[in-house]
Amino acid sequence: MNLLQDLLEPTAGPDGWDAYGEEQKERVGFFTDTSVCIGCKACEVACKEWNLIPDDGHVWTGNSYDNTGELSANTWRHVAFIEQEKPLHANGDGGTGLRWLMESDVCKHCTHAACLDVCPTGSLFRTEFGTVVVQQDICNGCGYCVPACPFGVLDKRHLAPAPDLPAFAKEDGRVWKCTLCYDRLKGGHEPACAKACPTKSIQFGPLEELRERADARLAKLGAEGWNGAQLYGRDPDDGVGGFGAFFLLLDDPEVYGLPPDPVVTTRDLPQMWTNMLAAAGALLAGVTALTLIGGRR
Amino acid sequence: MIGAFHLDGKPSVTAEGTEMRSYYGRPIIKEPVWTWEIPTYLFTGGLAGASAVLSSAAKVAGNEKLARTALYLGAAADVVSPALLISDLGRPERFHHMLRVVKVTSPMNVGSWVLFVSGGASTTAAALQLLGRLKPLRAVASLVAAVAGPVLATYTGVLFADTAVPVWHEGRHELPWIFGASAAASAGAAACMFVSPRDAGPARRVAVAGVLAEGALMQAMELRLGTVGEVYHEGAAGRFSLAAKGMATAGAALLARRGRKSRTAAIAGGALVCAGELCLRWAVFKAGFQSARDPKYVVETQRRRVEQHGTNATTKPGGETR
Repeated sequence: MNLLQDLLEPTAGPDGWDAYGEEQKERVGFFTDTSVCIGCKACEVACKEWNLIPDDGHVWTGNSYDNTGELSANTWRHVAFIEQEKPLHANGDGGTGLRWLMESDVCKHCTHAACLDVCPTGSLFRTEFGTVVVQQDICNGCGYCVPACPFGVLDKRHLAPAPDLPAFAKEDGRVWKCTLCYDRLKGGHEPACAKACPTKSIQFGPLEELRERADARLAKLGAEGWNGAQLYGRDPDDGVGGFGAFFLLLDDPEVYGLPPDPVVTTRDLPQMWTNMLAAAGALLAGVTALTLIGGRR
Repeated sequence: MIGAFHLDGKPSVTAEGTEMRSYYGRPIIKEPVWTWEIPTYLFTGGLAGASAVLSSAAKVAGNEKLARTALYLGAAADVVSPALLISDLGRPERFHHMLRVVKVTSPMNVGSWVLFVSGGASTTAAALQLLGRLKPLRAVASLVAAVAGPVLATYTGVLFADTAVPVWHEGRHELPWIFGASAAASAGAAACMFVSPRDAGPARRVAVAGVLAEGALMQAMELRLGTVGEVYHEGAAGRFSLAAKGMATAGAALLARRGRKSRTAAIAGGALVCAGELCLRWAVFKAGFQSARDPKYVVETQRRRVEQHGTNATTKPGGETR
């Protein structure tokens, strides 16, 4: 019942994190500052190499330089490319020019993670670093986390299974996502994408420190007149209790394919369960009444 | 050359007629990865749960024939249900991982336990009935199935509602009720097909009342959903929705008008109602995919919320959170 209590207190810390006691480590995450991203995709490559992520096909999307399209079971860092026609001067003089926005997207490692909440097997868990990871030896590929994630991060891997699996296992069939390089964290290293990023667009560190750094960066961009600049997922009071991996964007979230006001749907669960019990009671009462009242014929 | 592109990505037109911004029109959330087994299970699970109630109630009323038929029908649906669910898994051999934890935040985990208890009880009761042995145990098993059955029939509404899919989450108030009413309709209708009209009065009443309630609740949900609910009139969800309405209404009318006298009419009406309720589950299932696929449903729902309540998701310079 502690889990339900956690749901009712939406501003508490990451669910399940406190259970680590003395083993608990400082909460870490990413601050992805898109204002200095150059779209080199070193993060995508480093992630694939370190985590041994399989090929996800060679597709030309025709959408700027983006040929991975989205985060998926086989893409855990995804660089988005947005081309915008913007006025060159604030007063409209000089016509318009190209503005190219780039953003390296990743799992948000939510403080209140819907994927973790709904996972029926306990495969998704909260690590001692406050991050969210799928245990691949537990996941049975039920797929519930896939539509539960408000960011569309998780997906099922459809690939030929390893040879040691039973014959009816037709594919890998499990869900995969960014682990925030759990293995590297355990060894005291920073995640592969942050290590590879040449411009420090991807910054790794203790979450509190990253939030301070982001605030300073936002203030600087504000002073310089970047009027689209905004932090996304920095505030612990948002719909998912703040992201473990948050962003500095130069336009509204939906322009980057991100939801403008994500919420963890499990926060409505206490009401939903109550409502369901009422419906179940009505079904029991209704069918019983209709059977007992009225003739046999 | 740059100007040849639509630069903010493909435009999508909102309900207000303004152009909505998106990332090349791509979905924001993922479509479910569930396949045909899931909507079919919604039907069989509902049939099993409501049949257990119908069976126990008929037993109390002294209607042995109806009680036995509903018990067998429910047990059969309870045997099929886990098979469907396991078949849908990416790793079917790990199905038992569902029961390695008890987790109230996961409707699927709760549902697995409910199916385990309810299905176990109803199949035990049916087996003992068939063998004619251990009467007290059979009575206990029937009672357990009758109490757990309504939960089995309605939790699936919470299962769908507890996702980021707009048409499912925004329909959270009605979905468990719709599934419950649909379950009653199918349990009554199925019993009508296998019991002589002489003993099928209660089943007929349950079927007709279930169809009426389900229709009204669907209407209420669509009213609440507004533009998010338009997927129920488009594509596959629209077709299933129409088929569901047509068949369930025709079946219920047939049962109400002629089911009392004609065995043929009872069988035809029962089959029509069952087919209609199966289509209803498919309509809800498909609506979720369509709702997830078009980013406008996610953005519009959330932008409307931001306009009403503001948001802390974004922080603008100067600490302004809006």
